[in-house]
Amino acid sequence: MASNGIRDRVAIVGMGCTTFGERWDKSVSDLLVESSQDALNSASVPIDAVDAFWLGTLFSGQSGLTLSRPLKLDYKPVSRLENYCATGSEAFRNACYAVACGAYDIAMAIGVEKLKDSGISGLPSIGAPEDGTRAGLTAPATFSLLAPAYAKKYGVDEATFKEAMTRIAWKNHKNGALNPRAQFRKEVAKDVIACSPQVAGALGIFDCSGVSDGSAAAIIVRAEDAYKYTDKPLFVKALSFIAGPATGPIDPDYDYTTFPEVVASAADAYAQAGIKDPRAELAMAEVHDCFTPTELVLMEDLGFAQRGTAWKEVLNGTFDLEGELAVNPDGGLKSFGHPIGASGLRMLFEAWLQLRGEAGTRQIASVARGRKLALTHNLGGAPGECVSFVSVVGSERS
Amino acid sequence: MNGIVAYGAYVPYFHLDRKAIGEALGSGGGKGTRAVASYDEDTTSMGVEAARAALRGAPRCAPAAVYFATAAPAYLDKTNATAIHAALALDESAMAFDMLGSIRSAAGALRAATDASRSTLAVLSDIRTGLPGGTDEREGGDAGAAFLLAAGDADTPLLAEPVAAASVTAEFLERWRVPGEPASRQWEERFGEHAYAPLAEAAIASALKQAGVTGPALASVLVAGSHGRANKRAAAAAGAKPAALGDDLTGSVGNTGAAHAGLLLADALDRAQADDLMMVVSLADGCDVTIWRATAALARGRQRVPVAAQVAAGGTVPYATFLTWRGFLKREPPRRPDPQPPAAPPALRAEAWKFGFTGSRCQACGTRHLPPTRVCLKCRAVDRMTPERMADVPATIATYTVDRLAYSLSPPVVVGVLDFEGGGRFTCELTDVDPAAVRIGNRVEMTFRRLMTAHEVHNYFWKARPLRGA
Repeated sequence: MASNGIRDRVAIVGMGCTTFGERWDKSVSDLLVESSQDALNSASVPIDAVDAFWLGTLFSGQSGLTLSRPLKLDYKPVSRLENYCATGSEAFRNACYAVACGAYDIAMAIGVEKLKDSGISGLPSIGAPEDGTRAGLTAPATFSLLAPAYAKKYGVDEATFKEAMTRIAWKNHKNGALNPRAQFRKEVAKDVIACSPQVAGALGIFDCSGVSDGSAAAIIVRAEDAYKYTDKPLFVKALSFIAGPATGPIDPDYDYTTFPEVVASAADAYAQAGIKDPRAELAMAEVHDCFTPTELVLMEDLGFAQRGTAWKEVLNGTFDLEGELAVNPDGGLKSFGHPIGASGLRMLFEAWLQLRGEAGTRQIASVARGRKLALTHNLGGAPGECVSFVSVVGSERS
Repeated sequence: MNGIVAYGAYVPYFHLDRKAIGEALGSGGGKGTRAVASYDEDTTSMGVEAARAALRGAPRCAPAAVYFATAAPAYLDKTNATAIHAALALDESAMAFDMLGSIRSAAGALRAATDASRSTLAVLSDIRTGLPGGTDEREGGDAGAAFLLAAGDADTPLLAEPVAAASVTAEFLERWRVPGEPASRQWEERFGEHAYAPLAEAAIASALKQAGVTGPALASVLVAGSHGRANKRAAAAAGAKPAALGDDLTGSVGNTGAAHAGLLLADALDRAQADDLMMVVSLADGCDVTIWRATAALARGRQRVPVAAQVAAGGTVPYATFLTWRGFLKREPPRRPDPQPPAAPPALRAEAWKFGFTGSRCQACGTRHLPPTRVCLKCRAVDRMTPERMADVPATIATYTVDRLAYSLSPPVVVGVLDFEGGGRFTCELTDVDPAAVRIGNRVEMTFRRLMTAHEVHNYFWKARPLRGA
């Protein structure tokens, strides 16, 4: 029994990512055509060379036809999958395995979501018919449970904790302001964030990620073929996906200060990639900042900060673009919104740009100094009952 | 013939200050308050709360039947008493019947339970509505009351025994409502007095005769009826001492319709001494009179939280909120997905959990589970569970949040992560609570509620509220 991983067996040789935002003028099909064409052009691969497709979308379509119809694919295998907010990452993971095992030479992972068409705040409801006994908490409310629990456990006063939350939102908007693909491209003052209308618990509007439309795609080949397509491929070092037993909400031992699923998937990914000290080895991390307390807790769960210290590290700027470890250099979910199926691949797109030195004004300095690894992370669900995905990609095959 | 072996009343947490009506509408209003069923309550859920209060007093006497009476049923065609039956986790062999539609159905339920040859729970509940600015809105009230009637034995002694019961029936048009209408209609004020007075006099005289006593022997005269002047005439007809005519709760709770006679009786039982005679007079399309004698066991068998304490506690509801809850003020909904009704098959499969709040306990390691699961969350043992009812287990708030985005008729939604005494955790909504007063460590108890209604399906389940009478 082991999680062996597929370190350095496959590589990303092309990527595409649409602008995220209120794409009123573009359909789901339009977004899929846009991101897939960008990815194919980036790898200089014609679409008929792609052997198989993995499409991630939660709400925006069902079955492989959602992709094959707009792209007019000629009788190719297309898998459509979802895994909550890790949906885009799951498309990528499965496409990687298909290439690694030799089933296909070239695969495309593509994610899409069109949330704005629903006309509501937040996410549409989904799910099978139920007995009506589940508490109808909104997503911000479930994640807001982290704030008082963390503050109490580590003796952080509420005002200081709120300051750390605010700084995360401020930092991600600051990064997003430098990103032409982001939904929100403006810096937001800390006092505007701190005083934004309350949504749930300590969370204001600016502590929540936005709602947007978007799509992103990656072309995956065997590692040994990578340099046929590009001078600067990204090699897949680790892929870990964990579904927890979802016992947090019914287990008095769960204290709402950590995501055990993230701890497990990070440990698995670091073992696959051979990473001992992520904070010292990674150039950057794209993490699932659905709400600001989530990012704060993730800093500890991903091993970027000691338990009980993330709030201090955040306030000290450790995870700023110019900090010791840049977290969400592209602006994160805060700046991009969260089109579920696309987000995981959007994160990989930032790793693609940064490790190749193509991130322009937000280029991370540590890449030039020799850091070659990037991490992406998604979680889906709620504290105590979630799925978690961690990938590590690198610009060098070891 | 049965006597009362347990009783309970339920006065909802919220009350409306009557002067708020005048302030909003420019006229009407008046003095005092009226009890208001919250946005998440209906006659069925209030009936459950009253019945739970009653059954706590008779742990060794399971009802063999439930009669549920209300003038404001949550459902027609479908029995409402079955939800009460399920929420009380009664055995499936226990019967459950509705007696619906009229205020008088309550007198019938109580009388039928008294006459029954088996232990019978009579549950009386009502929500009184009236058009904004009208008398019924102002003078009405919402409440529930429940009585367990049985033969009585050493384990479950009689708290009060019936010494007389008399009824007079007549057909006349004094108060009526067509199904679905938000308010009832009433003939002119003086007619009701004319119609009721002789009926009351006849029934009261008959009951006193049966009991072999005269008016001055009565410790209390409890008159319930929707016609104030007729009620006064009936009280006078009893010929009791002035001290026997106590507070009829119309000033603080309001006239609770089908629940009112029961509410007054519960209030009297909260205070009565052994051998006190209590005459209950119910004026509704006739007159039903019962005289009860309190027993020596009553002092040890009273409900945990008396009616007076329930009336004294609670919070004020703003008039606009009251109108919203009762459907007289249609408000802009949030831009959120429409709430979905529960589906019938999953609700049936989960009946013990959804209605009875019955979780499970792992026989391998003792861990409690809410909801029940097949695989233990701690030791992963499979199918080693036994059911465990959690409805009456208090809990402590482990953490909480105030959700200002979630759909609710009464935002914000307050949600607590609850740790139950003796183990078990569950996350659910808090109700009857001031969001600003919630703290980690607060003690709460479960309460049966109607979470919402979607597509004409009422979604019943449990919430937590601050411990009553604590």
